[in-house]
Parts: sequence; structure tokens; C-alpha cells
Amino acid sequence: MSKIAVSSEGPSLDDQVDPRFGRAAGFVVVDPETMVTEYIDNGRSQVMAQGAGIQAAELIARAGVSWVLTGFVGPKAFQALNAAGVQVAQNLEGLTVRQAVERFKSGEVAGAATADRR
Amino acid sequence: MIVAVASGKGGTGKTTVTASLASLWEGPLIGVDLDVEEPNLHLFLHPILTGEETAHLTIPVVDEATCTYCGACSELCQFKAISVMGRLILTFPEMCHGCGGCLAVCPEKAITPGQRELGEITWGTAGRQGFLMGRLRLGEAMSPPLMRLVKARLEQMLAQSGGDAIIDAPPGVSCPAINAVIDSDVIVLVTEPTPFGFYDFQLAWEAFAPLNKPLGAVINRAGLGTGAIYEFCREKHLPILAEIPYDRAIAEAYARGRIIAQISPELQGTFVSLMAAIRGLAQEAAHA
Ligand code: SF4
Ligand code: SF4
Repeated sequence: MSKIAVSSEGPSLDDQVDPRFGRAAGFVVVDPETMVTEYIDNGRSQVMAQGAGIQAAELIARAGVSWVLTGFVGPKAFQALNAAGVQVAQNLEGLTVRQAVERFKSGEVAGAATADRR
Repeated sequence: MIVAVASGKGGTGKTTVTASLASLWEGPLIGVDLDVEEPNLHLFLHPILTGEETAHLTIPVVDEATCTYCGACSELCQFKAISVMGRLILTFPEMCHGCGGCLAVCPEKAITPGQRELGEITWGTAGRQGFLMGRLRLGEAMSPPLMRLVKARLEQMLAQSGGDAIIDAPPGVSCPAINAVIDSDVIVLVTEPTPFGFYDFQLAWEAFAPLNKPLGAVINRAGLGTGAIYEFCREKHLPILAEIPYDRAIAEAYARGRIIAQISPELQGTFVSLMAAIRGLAQEAAHA
């Protein structure tokens, strides 16, 4: 199974999912089989006046992940992730990174077709 | 002399002050509507339009066959209007500010200039005066690029006709409002003495005072609300250039698209002295 990225308020599996994609503090990249993680800092996107979501999508695409788990992705970032072949699952705020990944592994997480909130 | 008429918020009577001043201005004048999101000066000045042009912004078009996905363009663009994602390049034309940076930086010459339509610029005459306006395309999010093109045309028109210009600026204190007043010689702030009006007026003062231009206030619907605004003006040494009384006849005239300086001799007098006060303010600054 290939890696997934979770928008996160901190670098560990026990940090909270950051509900924002573009302006998330960072991304925990997880290998769902081994649960080995890497952390990508998103500080540069956080301070952008415009295009934070696209900047974050660039980071994600570069990390070579196949899924993003997050709260909400804006329309432009969604378009960018889509074009890069990254699937998006939204509405996972309120969980820890670990919980979000577990939920993903159990197949309870659906890929979003649009950037709209449920 | 270029006079910008601004206000901290919409609905203070900014356009009606602009139109009234334009109607009785001595000497050649161009009335300019830079409130490109919602231009309405023409509703009062009833201009005869003689020219029109569509305004564009230069945006990047990428030739994917030549692009090596080196990322130089995407790294440079602070607006993320061009983005490289692995072996993929995306452009977001509506987010582009038209700076041309990506075109200049591409080592492969893979980017060529394309166009995004910004809106329309129209011009003509209103009575003996000139008239110029910009209207933002519906769905276009950025007004400053169009405003810059309107101002470029104003410069051309002034070079031909000489005289003064009066600008109806967008309300508020955001980027478009600053953009509208930045090249002016005098800023006239229209406000009303209500609590909301006063609050927005303070914001406007904070935004415009650092520009170091002669600044004066016009109090519309004077007699309403409190005296706080007068105190504030005194404290900040901000001259009150005119007071327009609160009057039903004015509201009715406004609703019919009439110029309020023309409804009574008293009001005409108010605007004649406002014009003199504006000229005085400009001269004072020139000699200071
Ligand atoms: S022209 Fe400037 S703003 Fe537009 S995409 Fe290129 S670098 Fe970005
Ligand atoms: S700078 Fe030119 S070659 Fe490099 S990614 Fe951008 S368009 Fe492609």
C-alpha cells in the first residue's frame, strides 16, 4: 500500500488532524503498513497571502503520496491534487492522525469527488 | 490637480459629491470612475460615450512540449498562479497578477504571453467636461490591474486636454481604495456623523494619512448622530471642507440620479465653496 499524507497540527501520530489543508501546520506522511512516519512542515504555505492550498499540494505531490486525509481542501488545491493523481478524503477533523489512518485502513474513508463539504 | 473622493464605507454619498463637484468645476476637468466593481458616476453625469476598449492582463501560457518541469516559474510566483507538481504543470489564470516574472525566468522559453480579460474602459464627455470609467468584468476578482489601465488612459487624456481630474474612488481602505488615491494631489474623505460612519472614517484616516497627501473631510447628512467626528477632525488637524445637511429633498434627488448641487442655490453654494477649499488645500500643500 502506498503512503498517505495527513494534515496535522504537529509531527506525530498522536497530534490532531489539522482541519485546514492549505494552511495546515504540516503533514504527517504515513506508510500504512509499517506506520513509519515522516513530517513535512507547511510553514511556508501558512504565511502566504494567496495560493496556500496550491503550495501545499506541491509539497504533497513531491512526497509521492497517493492519498491525503484532511478536514477540508479548497477548490484550487483540490484541482491540483486531482491533476497530480492524489486522492482526497475530507471531514476527518477532530481525530488524531493515528485515528484517521486507522479509519482509512479499515476502508471507512471515501475519496471526495469535489472540494465541497459534506 | 487630481482630486480623489474616497470614503471608509459605501453609501456615504461619495459619488454624489464627486458628481456635484464635476458639474460646477471651473476649467477643464475629467470625471473618472475608478470604483470599477460598481461604477455609478455615469448615472449622475450622463456622459456621451465616444470610446471603448477591452482591458487585458498578460498571463502565462505554457508549452508542455518544451517545459522541463524545472520549477523555476512556480518557485518564483508568490501567488501560486503557476505550479509544478512533479511532471505536471498547472496554471491558475484567475490568480495571476500579471507580473511577468514566470515568463522572464523560464530557462526553456516554454511560457508565452496569454490574456485574461479584466473589463471595459469607456470614455467620452459629460457636458463640457471629460468622462472616463472602468468596469470590472463580472467574475474578475482583482480590480487594481484594471484601475492601473484606467489611470494610464487618464494620463493620456490629461496630457491632451490639460486641466484637472476628479476620481470617484472605491469605498473602503483595501488595496483598490489605496490604488485609487495613490496618484492624487488631494484626498477628500466623505463621511457621515453616525457611529458606523465615524468608525469607518477613522479606519480611512489611518489608511490614508500615511500617504502624506493633503486630506480633508466632507460631512454628509450633517446633523445626524454625534459630535465625535468633529472632535476627531480637530484632534488630527483634519480640515472639514464642507457639510451637507440631512435633507429629504437630497435623498429624493439622489434616488432620481440628479446632481444635488443643482437642486438649490444653497447646495450649489456649498459645493462652490468645497471646490475652493479643495484648491486651497492643494495650494497650501504645494507651498509647504
Ligand atoms: S505572471 Fe507573475 S503572477 Fe502571473 S503566474 Fe507568472 S509569476 Fe505568477
Ligand atoms: S520555468 Fe519553464 S521549463 Fe521550468 S517548469 Fe516553468 S515553464 Fe517549465
